Amino acid sequence: MTITENKPTSVIGTRLLRREDPPLLTGEAKFTNDLNIPGALHLTVLRSPYAHAKIKSIDVSAALKIAGVIAIYTGKDLQSSWASPMPCAWPVTPDMKNPAHYPLAIDKVNYVGDGVAAILATNEVASRDALDAIDVQYEPLKAVVDLEDSLSDKNIIHTELGTNKSYTWPLLVEETPGCVEEAFKKAKYKVKERYVQQRLIPMAMEPRAIVAVPQPFGGDITLYSSTQIPHILKVMTALTLGIPEQQVRVVAPSVGGGFGSKLDVYAEELLCMALSRKHNAPVRWVEERSENTQATIQGRGQIQHVELAADENGKITAVRVRIVGDMGAYLQLVTPGVPLLGAFLYAGVYDIPKAYDFECTSVFTNLTPTDAYRGAGRPEATYAIEMAMEALARAMKIDSFELRKRNYIKKEQFPYVAFSGLTYDSGDHLLAAEKAAKMTDLAGVRAQQKKQNVPGATKLLGLGMSSYFEMCGLAPSRVLASLNYSAGGWEAATVRVLPTNKVQVITGTSPHGQGHETSWAMIAAEKLGVAPEDVDVLHSDTAISALGLDTYGSRSLPVGGVAIALACDKVIEKAKTIAAHQLECATEDLQFANGTFSVKGSPDRALPLAAIAFGAFTAHNLPEGCEPNLEAQVSYDPPNFSWPFGTHMCVVEVDTETGAVEILKYIAVDDCGNQINPLIVEGQVHGGVVQGIAQALFEEAVYDEDGNLKSSNLAEYLVPAACDVPSITTGHTITPSPTNQLGVKGIGEAGTIGAAPTVISAIIDALSGLGVTTMAMPASPQTVWKTIQAATSGGKK
Amino acid sequence: MKVSITVNGKKQEADVEPRTLLVHYIRETLGLTGTNVGCDTSSCGACTIHLDGEAVKSCTILAVQADGTSLTTIEGLAKDGVMHPMQTAFMENHGLQCGYCTPGMVMAAIGLLKENPKPTEDEVRMGLEGNLCRCTGYHNIVKSVLAAAGAK
Amino acid sequence: MIPAAFDYKRATSAAEAISLVSQYGSDAKFLAGGHSLLPLMKLRLAQPAMLIDIGRVKDLSYIKDAGSHLAIGALTRHMDVETSKVVHEHAPLLAKAASHVGDSQVRHRGTIGGSIAHADPASDLPATTLALGATYVVQGPKGQREIAASNFYKGFLESDLAADEMLVEIRVPKMQGAGWSFQKFNRRAQDWAIVGVAAWHRKGEAGVALVNMGSTPILATSVANAIAKGASISDAAALASNEADPQSDLNASSDYRKHLASVLVRRALEAASK
Repeated sequence: MTITENKPTSVIGTRLLRREDPPLLTGEAKFTNDLNIPGALHLTVLRSPYAHAKIKSIDVSAALKIAGVIAIYTGKDLQSSWASPMPCAWPVTPDMKNPAHYPLAIDKVNYVGDGVAAILATNEVASRDALDAIDVQYEPLKAVVDLEDSLSDKNIIHTELGTNKSYTWPLLVEETPGCVEEAFKKAKYKVKERYVQQRLIPMAMEPRAIVAVPQPFGGDITLYSSTQIPHILKVMTALTLGIPEQQVRVVAPSVGGGFGSKLDVYAEELLCMALSRKHNAPVRWVEERSENTQATIQGRGQIQHVELAADENGKITAVRVRIVGDMGAYLQLVTPGVPLLGAFLYAGVYDIPKAYDFECTSVFTNLTPTDAYRGAGRPEATYAIEMAMEALARAMKIDSFELRKRNYIKKEQFPYVAFSGLTYDSGDHLLAAEKAAKMTDLAGVRAQQKKQNVPGATKLLGLGMSSYFEMCGLAPSRVLASLNYSAGGWEAATVRVLPTNKVQVITGTSPHGQGHETSWAMIAAEKLGVAPEDVDVLHSDTAISALGLDTYGSRSLPVGGVAIALACDKVIEKAKTIAAHQLECATEDLQFANGTFSVKGSPDRALPLAAIAFGAFTAHNLPEGCEPNLEAQVSYDPPNFSWPFGTHMCVVEVDTETGAVEILKYIAVDDCGNQINPLIVEGQVHGGVVQGIAQALFEEAVYDEDGNLKSSNLAEYLVPAACDVPSITTGHTITPSPTNQLGVKGIGEAGTIGAAPTVISAIIDALSGLGVTTMAMPASPQTVWKTIQAATSGGKK
Repeated sequence: MKVSITVNGKKQEADVEPRTLLVHYIRETLGLTGTNVGCDTSSCGACTIHLDGEAVKSCTILAVQADGTSLTTIEGLAKDGVMHPMQTAFMENHGLQCGYCTPGMVMAAIGLLKENPKPTEDEVRMGLEGNLCRCTGYHNIVKSVLAAAGAK
Repeated sequence: MIPAAFDYKRATSAAEAISLVSQYGSDAKFLAGGHSLLPLMKLRLAQPAMLIDIGRVKDLSYIKDAGSHLAIGALTRHMDVETSKVVHEHAPLLAKAASHVGDSQVRHRGTIGGSIAHADPASDLPATTLALGATYVVQGPKGQREIAASNFYKGFLESDLAADEMLVEIRVPKMQGAGWSFQKFNRRAQDWAIVGVAAWHRKGEAGVALVNMGSTPILATSVANAIAKGASISDAAALASNEADPQSDLNASSDYRKHLASVLVRRALEAASK
């Protein structure tokens, strides 16, 4: 098929305003905790205050006396409720160690926040008061908090496993055996860097909420949950509870952000379901924010050792990476796979030979479990390669942009078969980078920097950049099979043209802010020649959208959107046969444009889709063998990942007396292929970039040596506000993906992937004159100041 | 304890525990669920409403403290199905994504323009320091508020 | 998020408030704007058995020009202090400090009296009124007394207020054209200061107080004395931490705080001396 860049058409490519907005703006939209479910009981969970302890006894007698409290259950009480432990859908290696994980701890707690008892009450206040009245006796054990300590196996968390290591996963690609080591021995230049990817708290603004509603008879149960994954949740909860899958219906009402933290199967969902069946009453739960920081998964958590070998021109000859991944106390749904999602990307956007040596060992810690958080493995990889490139440029004493240019995969090399065997379908890294440089006024910034960064200056200017690409559009199912992932990567769509020419699109994606309803309506409207307002998009209810694999991994457009386009194609094919029959011509003689089938060369012999739809409904005059109704269903398995890319640049000013960093300008040039709705694309970039900036400057889940989370609420964990971050200047290039008819790639995570190294490299650039070559994240004022002191040996200038 | 509070122009009588937070009274006693709870440290602003014409965080006020006052919640902004100019500005400028922070953000922004009708971009950003958003990165929220203020 | 249960009474006058608190003693706390107390209660870090709501006590919200000083009623909201013409004219340092408290929603409800009575060393107004040499007027069962700000703060969240006393007025000496500066250093604008400095300077006389540099707001008397003795600003600023004993916490170690204090005091005095 020929892929062309979008030409402005009637709808696709326009900045159509979102139909999602009015109910959200007026407060009519219902988030899960807004649902009014009469007779609902309220669940709260008593959580361990210790990171690692034996449970000696639980005394609930005082709590049971509180008016409104109905029942209190411990882990032991509920053992019979579970057909299996909580699911992990990604056993990355055959020998991966996965400790049994139940919705409530039984004999032992393994992180602060681990659930110990479930309280059911008639109202939220009573269930909250009961928490203070339960007496649990713990025998504290040594908490394993540090990754290197965990690796040493000095103190083992899950003793039945005999080790803290969950798995070791290698990716060694060598043209000839031993060539990586050879390359490092021979290298004219090499760098060896250590980076720490600090734990982050996703902090979706809506805390998780659940209502489990049992049907009055028949055993069916509806689970309303603030989730990104209604379909996956349906299967997983049915399996974990041991009930038939068809008895479970999952509905995601309006969901207030997810970022991966709602891509999971949570203890509270299972508790609500089990207890609602036990009590034959709806059971609801909502987390408080300081509970969310511990009871909802955290992101990142890695120590990275990255080495690059390069020749005399700075061309990379080998890459060697060793990572220790922090799993937390248990493996949640895709916990072990997250570091591996970046495994293929430690050579970044650069053309390297088959000399790639990657290994990840992931360990347990007595901390909140980690799982996917915006970017999931790819921000970590991009950070490592981009910062290592900066280090290499320093070692070579050349400009890092120049070094990148020598190594970028060139436009002519696409589709590019990488060392890993994966094909990067399209790209033009130099184009995006040069556009970013132009938008940043690179030369002007450097000139200003020269003027400003004189000896003795206390406000230093710095320029940073990062070129990234990412692997998303999860995913070709057979590649997932080779990675041992337990599910596929397809997406489903049904497109139905109703008798009155209104269109129903039923999608398996599950939006939570990304504007799918607007975007999918645009795709269907364009294909079928109807107005977007005439397209209804149904989603996030497994009773209505029976098939799907939900939303994460920037997959919804390149997989879900394409599935819709393909379903539209099928609808048009069928409509064409009906039109040909009714127009008494051959299907090859027909063309379809602007919603009308017409005979080529005889435009007056035409039938609009509306007439066909109505005719399919009446079935009065259909061709032989043609079924009534006009609908089609597609399950689309993408042939490849998609590969959005871009270059970000930023200018910072560092106050060397305090360590404060201000971002003066931030430029993001991203390429997500064809853009369905540029308004939505820009919004995704803004949000993603600010989360990356926040990672670079503000955020860290800080634990003390006993495993207590010190940054446990929004006053202490520093999600920035509008005045704390800059405006974002966005640009784009468009290299359409050749692997799908829409030419789209996905954009949800790209901003986050590019941002952190952009900011950190800018800070290092600002301070390079003081001898600073590294900067930890988050680059808080204290961290920056202390780094300056260390580089200048604490001496006064 | 009995409280009498005018909400969106309508007088409401209720009997509440002293410890009932105003946001819970609004959401649960009155069933006006547009106002949201996003934190427990008065940091996020999702609960922002207007009390006697001023933007306040309803999570940090007891319902009993609001006895005799007049509240406007997000539900009280649109008149006869026509959105308030701030709501329209947010829609036209893609100032929301998941929408959870939006009611509080809109109420705070209206309060901001009431006290500073023609703010600069910096003043808008500072004026919204008490409202957190995780989706938009604030860029389009600022654009929306400036648009509502009639600035370019 | 849900406070522990408590009893609640409303006082309509200072005298009534005092009589109620005398009845209930240390089990009772005053509730003014609630923006210091309620956040603690929501996390159940404070669980008073009785709240006495003084939010409607009449005539305790005012800003008056009382000749040599400004008389500010304890229930005056931060937003009113921030925007008052009288405060801008006669005590602009206080207006600036008030504009930094929390965010605008907080400033619509929080009161200057509540903030001062709460005595949190990380709050902006206790240190600022301390730097300005304010006097706090306090009412108890036996009548009123005046407490100099420098004698008011006893320890972390502890003041000279007896359990049956209520802060009713803050008297801030007029600044008489002194230069001033309020330096609030934090990572996010809505946060407490990591370190804050309230400073004024006029003809060799200076007042400097520090936010979040100890268990109480700190009057940096060494700095003020050095300025009075003619020391340079940077030499005086080097003494910023002499009276301070800063904590290490999530945002800053104590040695970084000490360093910040000298930088911010220097910057404040430079700005106040322009």
